[in-house]
Amino acid sequence: MALKNERDFAFKSLLLGVLLTLGLMGVSQQSKAEYADIVINNYADAAGMRPAVFPHWFHRIRFRCKVCHADLGFKFKAGGNEITMAKIIDGQFCGACHNGEVAWSVENCAMCHSGIPGTPTHFHGSTLQRLVAPAYKPLDAKKASKK
Amino acid sequence: MKMGGAMNYKNKMMLLVISAVFGLGLAGQVAAGAADGGKPLMLADVSSANTFNLNLKKAKNPNAPPWEDGIHDTANEATFNLQPPLEAYKGLPKTSFGNHVDWVKALDQGLIKPRWDRLDSNEEPFVMDLDIVRPVKASVPDVVFPHRQHTEWLLCSNCHPAIFIPQKGANQINMSAILLGKKCGVCHGKVSFPVETKTCKKCHSKPKPADWKPPLSEATLKNPWK
Ligand code: HEC
Ligand code: HEC
Ligand code: HEC
Ligand code: HEC
Ligand code: HEC
Ligand code: HEC
Repeated sequence: MALKNERDFAFKSLLLGVLLTLGLMGVSQQSKAEYADIVINNYADAAGMRPAVFPHWFHRIRFRCKVCHADLGFKFKAGGNEITMAKIIDGQFCGACHNGEVAWSVENCAMCHSGIPGTPTHFHGSTLQRLVAPAYKPLDAKKASKK
Repeated sequence: MKMGGAMNYKNKMMLLVISAVFGLGLAGQVAAGAADGGKPLMLADVSSANTFNLNLKKAKNPNAPPWEDGIHDTANEATFNLQPPLEAYKGLPKTSFGNHVDWVKALDQGLIKPRWDRLDSNEEPFVMDLDIVRPVKASVPDVVFPHRQHTEWLLCSNCHPAIFIPQKGANQINMSAILLGKKCGVCHGKVSFPVETKTCKKCHSKPKPADWKPPLSEATLKNPWK
């Protein structure tokens, strides 16, 4: 009886160890987002929409930086342009192209609003994020920073 | 009976701790990208505090399709309508950093034809071929800033005067600023090629003169113990 319990427990703690391993592997895995992808989430979450995801790589194949960052007035700052749907349907920001003429139109909500809910406004692959952060983080903090 | 129970409890805790430590060690090892072909890990070699390259982060699976990239929601059907980067990069010259595409070559060779105007696909940029050499006090090669590659993509007003005063040597630039996203780092490390070991020589591209020696520091020159 005691022996069985013992084994049972040994098995359980082994299982726990394995689960912990898998869990940590998950946590320590870096986000694999494409370099220069931007999640924009100043307002979307609060309004019950998924955050918007802007892929630079896709757009720079079609347009020079100048089109967006000079002509259309996008500032070089993720989340710094206070983009809203009202501005987009007035033809500003994304709406200068996503109007059914240059690119598919604004009804395709889910093409832009495709981010994982709760993801903060974030620039992916930036050098800043590669700088070594404090070496020892408690596991909880690590989990929180996975976003 | 009671004693036995306590013993058992100790043993159980030991087991729990051992397997947890093993878990941590293994995870650290895997996370660090250890590639010694599945060599078994010795508990004594590896603990959670002493993993090999503790701070090295390696990008895994670059150019992952949107539905595997960790930022797109797979519960959103449209995520699967988005284009995977590798599909678009087919035939473009490769690099081993950033998007893993050499955007300068791709443009120079006419493999991509990004518009200079939102609507008119025939408008051409005003390209200015002016190299600015910035001598660097450190032993690394001097920096050459090429206007050509930049004015292919950008307007003068994207940089002048907000990021750089248009006068040779008028701007203080150093690596700390760049790595923190200022000066060249406004774009490099964000959208244009990143700042990492493989790219140092893209900016630091002019070899030092053969007789160049690193300047001695004040502390060395004035060292009373010499
Ligand atoms: C071309 C891309 C694009 C499309 C298409 C699009 N959006 Fe947005 N939307 C954005 C961006 C970018 C933001 C700003 C996100 C932020 O900062 O939170 C935004 C913000 C929002 C917001 C929060 C801000 C606000 O204006 O209240 C809501 C709600 C929203 N979108 C709903 C929609 C709906 C509904 C549709 C479809 C009818 C849609 N969007 C289509 C890009 C798009
Ligand atoms: C189709 C439009 C478009 C094009 C083309 C484009 N960008 Fe952007 N860029 C954006 C948007 C949108 C943002 C995010 C703005 C926001 O979140 O409010 C952004 C943000 C940025 C940022 C800010 C990053 C930070 O620090 O937060 C930089 C730098 C940048 N872009 C550089 C470039 C460069 C360099 C090119 C050309 C190779 C380029 N962009 C081409 C639309 C574009
Ligand atoms: C200068 C014009 C322009 C601007 C500004 C612009 N886009 Fe686009 N975008 C395009 C074009 C062109 C396409 C390709 C359309 C097609 O395939 O029909 C596209 C496609 C996309 C796609 C689909 C990519 C895929 O994998 O198929 C997304 C997502 C997107 N844009 C998001 C945005 C968001 C978000 C903004 C604003 C922050 C924005 N775009 C601003 C021109 C633009
Ligand atoms: C990507 C950013 C960028 C763009 C775009 C850019 N420049 Fe510059 N420019 C620089 C930098 C960096 C310097 C060097 C400043 C220094 O050495 O302190 C410079 C220097 C100059 C100088 C001073 C040269 C000298 O010998 O003193 C002039 C003039 C100039 N730029 C004109 C232009 C014009 C005209 C355009 C557009 C056709 C342009 N620049 C586009 C970044 C840029
Ligand atoms: C406004 C954005 C911006 C700024 C600021 C900027 N660059 Fe660039 N740079 C680019 C873009 C866009 C390219 C095209 C290649 C790419 O996107 O990777 C480029 C390309 C280059 C290249 C050419 C690489 C090649 O393969 O030929 C060099 C060298 C370079 N940058 C150095 C610098 C230096 C040095 C500075 C600071 C003095 C600087 N850049 C500031 C946007 C910028
Ligand atoms: C985007 C272009 C760029 C890249 C990439 C780059 N540097 Fe620099 N670096 C500069 C500029 C510009 C300066 C300032 C030169 C001056 O003094 O005017 C500089 C200065 C330096 C200095 C002198 C000390 C200082 O901070 O001013 C060192 C050392 C240096 N870089 C090392 C590196 C190393 C190592 C790498 C690769 C990890 C690297 N750089 C990548 C542009 C770059």
